[in-house]
Amino acid sequence: MIAVAVIRLRDLFAVVMLFGIYSFMTAALFMDLDAVDVAFTEAAVGAGVTTVLMLSVLRLTGRSERRPAHGPLLPLIVVAVTGAALVYGTLDAPLLGDPGAPANQHVAPRYIEQGPIEVGTPNMVTAVLASYRGYDTLGETVVIFTAGLAVLLLLGIRDDTDALPEQSPLLGQLVLRVVVKSLIPLILLYALYVQFHGDYGAGGGFQAGVIFATGFILYALVFGHADAKRVVPPRWLHRLAATGVLIYAGVGVAPLFSGQAFLDYSALATDPVQGQHLGVMLVELGVGITVFSIVLAIFYALAGRRRQM
Amino acid sequence: MSLLVELLSGALLLAGSVLCITGGVGLLRLPDFFARVHAAGLTETLAAPLLLCGLMLQMDWSLDLLKVAMIMLFILATNPTASHSMAGAALHGGQRPLVTDPDDEPQEDKSSTA
Repeated sequence: MIAVAVIRLRDLFAVVMLFGIYSFMTAALFMDLDAVDVAFTEAAVGAGVTTVLMLSVLRLTGRSERRPAHGPLLPLIVVAVTGAALVYGTLDAPLLGDPGAPANQHVAPRYIEQGPIEVGTPNMVTAVLASYRGYDTLGETVVIFTAGLAVLLLLGIRDDTDALPEQSPLLGQLVLRVVVKSLIPLILLYALYVQFHGDYGAGGGFQAGVIFATGFILYALVFGHADAKRVVPPRWLHRLAATGVLIYAGVGVAPLFSGQAFLDYSALATDPVQGQHLGVMLVELGVGITVFSIVLAIFYALAGRRRQM
Repeated sequence: MSLLVELLSGALLLAGSVLCITGGVGLLRLPDFFARVHAAGLTETLAAPLLLCGLMLQMDWSLDLLKVAMIMLFILATNPTASHSMAGAALHGGQRPLVTDPDDEPQEDKSSTA
């Protein structure tokens, strides 16, 4: 229903808000399906950061959508036929969460039973994400890095730290300034908690990086972009993003020196489980650093720009 | 004793839900932006702690209870700030409050509509 409203509305501001609500409902749906880590990430990224970034984009593109140039009949037919074919293809698939399905018989029992023993982290999702499927997570981190690269190549971050501090219109609100000043340290502390507690509870590198960036975005929104760029210069962000990916790939390459496989954390310490612990922690750190710097870099790239009339 | 706690928890949850619905009705039916911000901000800021207190009464003394209490404090701190900033941003953007009823007699022509 929300998706239908998003399609029909022309006012992009309302569309962005509805997207935020849609992400929030999806996060609640994930919670209902007992997928806490996924819900956490969806809420942090979808209902939090993406809304702010899309609102920043609206300053560049303008507020309302142009009327489409062609009629909707032909696209509707194409979408209906493709959708029907896809639905027909899923009729043969096993039910969601069916324990007898082949996907749940192959490696899932091993992850569930051996995860806490082999990897040593009570959070099974972190064990799968960082250790059993660490290669995929390395791919995800590189994808985030590439996306940030693309935004930086297309837009670039304006170097205006030498300019006079521009007055953010929100600076006049005393209540906002005081509350935000006391909240930002708590947000950053919470991000660090989520980062390092991801082994035991819901959390991990992606959520922590996003929340950490949110603290700085909040600062930039209330106190102005020039001040924020003085606090975290954009050049640091370039280096930090690359460092995060380097940490992850470095942890992968290190076992090669002792004859083990790529990303085999057991070779990082004398005790295999300790090695897994160390590997998971370093890898999550790399992910967190990359996500934080890319999100903040994208915000800087979009910040303070006006539409070229 | 536990029956009293259960009843109290249920009453708080009920009160919180009623306030949420009231806030929603106000959000839809009030004529002006500032009136809507006022309605949503006030009712939600009270409804959320009521609901959370009702839930806290159902939990044992544990770390989760402390986390829910911290969430409540966070909502109490940020919800009024957000409403205040929204109203301030609207004023900065040029919105002005609706001071007279548009259905009044034509002699009231000093109305500043939103």
